[in-house]
Amino acid sequence: MSDAAATRTARSRWLLLAPALAVLIFAASGPLLIVLVYSFLTPGDYGGILWEFSTDAWFNVVFEQDFFTEEVTLADAHLSIFWRSIKLSLLTAFLTFVFGFPTAYFIATRPKDKRDIWMLLIIIPFWTNLLIRTFAIMELIRAEGAINSVLLALGIIDEPIQMLFTEFAILLGMAYVYLPLMVLPIYASLERFDFTLVEAGYDLYASRWRVLRKVIFPLAKPGVIAGSILVFVPSLGAYVTPRVLGGGKQLMLGNLIELQFGAGRNWPLGAALSLTLLAIVMVALILYVRAAGNEEVRHG
Amino acid sequence: MIEIANVSKIFTGRGAPFTALDDVSVTIRENEFFTLLGPSGCGKTTLLRVIAGFIDPTHGAVKLEGQDLVKLPPYRRPVNTVFQSYALFPHMTVAQNIAFGLEMLDKPSAEIKATVDQMLELVRMTPMADRKTSEISGGQQQRVALARALAPRPKVLLLDEPLSALDFKLRKDMQLELKRLQSETGITFVFVTHDQEEALTMSDRIAVMNAGDIRQIGGPRDIYDHPAERFVADFIGDTNFLEVELLATEGETARIRLPSGVETEVRAPRDGVAPGPVTLAVRPEHASLSGGDGAALPGTLANVVYFGTDTHFHVDLDGGARFVLRQQNQPGTAQGWSVGDAVTVTLAPGVGQVLRD
Repeated sequence: MSDAAATRTARSRWLLLAPALAVLIFAASGPLLIVLVYSFLTPGDYGGILWEFSTDAWFNVVFEQDFFTEEVTLADAHLSIFWRSIKLSLLTAFLTFVFGFPTAYFIATRPKDKRDIWMLLIIIPFWTNLLIRTFAIMELIRAEGAINSVLLALGIIDEPIQMLFTEFAILLGMAYVYLPLMVLPIYASLERFDFTLVEAGYDLYASRWRVLRKVIFPLAKPGVIAGSILVFVPSLGAYVTPRVLGGGKQLMLGNLIELQFGAGRNWPLGAALSLTLLAIVMVALILYVRAAGNEEVRHG
Repeated sequence: MIEIANVSKIFTGRGAPFTALDDVSVTIRENEFFTLLGPSGCGKTTLLRVIAGFIDPTHGAVKLEGQDLVKLPPYRRPVNTVFQSYALFPHMTVAQNIAFGLEMLDKPSAEIKATVDQMLELVRMTPMADRKTSEISGGQQQRVALARALAPRPKVLLLDEPLSALDFKLRKDMQLELKRLQSETGITFVFVTHDQEEALTMSDRIAVMNAGDIRQIGGPRDIYDHPAERFVADFIGDTNFLEVELLATEGETARIRLPSGVETEVRAPRDGVAPGPVTLAVRPEHASLSGGDGAALPGTLANVVYFGTDTHFHVDLDGGARFVLRQQNQPGTAQGWSVGDAVTVTLAPGVGQVLRD
């Protein structure tokens, strides 16, 4: 190959890479870098930032200092929000798995021409605005909502159950919103599944439950892993659902961060909290993938 | 011993109901290599799946040593299946696949290990024990599937066209291998195939099926030499069908008149057929052009086809019928006939079977 041709090849390779590089630099790394820089600056009085180096924001993520006594204590408010976010996100992933796995299995075992219709039914809510879907859940669970009305009418309860503005409400809302993210990857792994293997399991003395545990589940596992990550990650940073269904009483990380950029007027703290969220996601993913991988090694 | 009594299976769904099995009754003996042979759609696989428990029969009973299997789910039946696609568990090694059935039966682990080793030995897969099933060849997968199904020592082993995915040479080897495994283990094999040669080489008895019904049951020789009806004669091997006149039957012997006017004695159908026009089935190798004893049919040689081991002669009989006969080639000898010659087809004495339809 001549030098000129080599140069041309090199140039066209860069051209092909350009869109990906542009996205990585301007859309991903760039903003992240700005967030990182902001987290080490001083908050402006009316929002924004002052270009003065400070580690206060990072300190304030976990600790708080009494204004008068200058006594340093753990920031309980922040820690309880971290804990709630992690807990609700794990529960959401678990709940979507409990409902999503049978759903995906059901769809995958329908005749080929029917599967698309079932998938469509699962995906349709996804096309609706998130706010609308969240308000629909609100309509179901509020004191005068559908569930309470029916239960009252049937005489099962005497007074409405408080469901709205609780952690339960947030969990329900997130599980509903993220269910398709669990169903889709599990369905994808089950769709390619050879159901003769189920017959082989039955044939070799495995009961229904054991076929599910020993044959179907191990082979659907990549889908389950993908699904839990797809659900857990956005749940951790969820904003709209806890805002609407938690009613500002049950804050999650997303709401806390929003608060710093809004009413709190503490952009550096917001930036530091954002990066904390990112760190939690990364640690959780590493732990999860490692645990799932280990199990693969042990059983595989 | 498996007794299949009046088993019917009617599939209803969209469209017209489909009768896959139509009142099938058959008894499969202990330690027998029993083959269900028939074209695709004849119901042979359906019958196998009824025995395995994957399909509930619409009517009828399936009894194993007197115990009714129909009420039992597949995982409580002491039968195992070798699937056409093998259906090996892709997330397990060869040894784990073989151990699966024993584990599900909650056998002690020492026993499982011993049996798995023994099975690996039996199918000559010991060096492959820790391979993933995707890392071994088709023939090896086949042997693992066999070992997996044999490991729990089922009373009956069901084999659903297990050799159809293998190439010719491997299939020949596996036919002998299967026969060896059957005699070594003493387990009853129920083997489903559409390949008549496979059925003839391996089976103790064959049930020829068509359109949801068993048309004839018998040993390979019996089925081949004495097909009961046109379908069986046609499906297994090559056959000449001659329109002849039945004069009388006496026990197993039928006296007939050939189109050439010659009278001869052939095998009568088991269920009596009234005298009159009937069909006579004659195998191509049961006739000769060299003369000798037997009934003669004059004709003209229309075609000679050389096949290596033997030569096929197509003869247009006087009266219009086409007769194909096959003669084994002898080293160094040329065929003595050429196309257009007037020849005489001689049926060997006693050969030929009058069909019941």
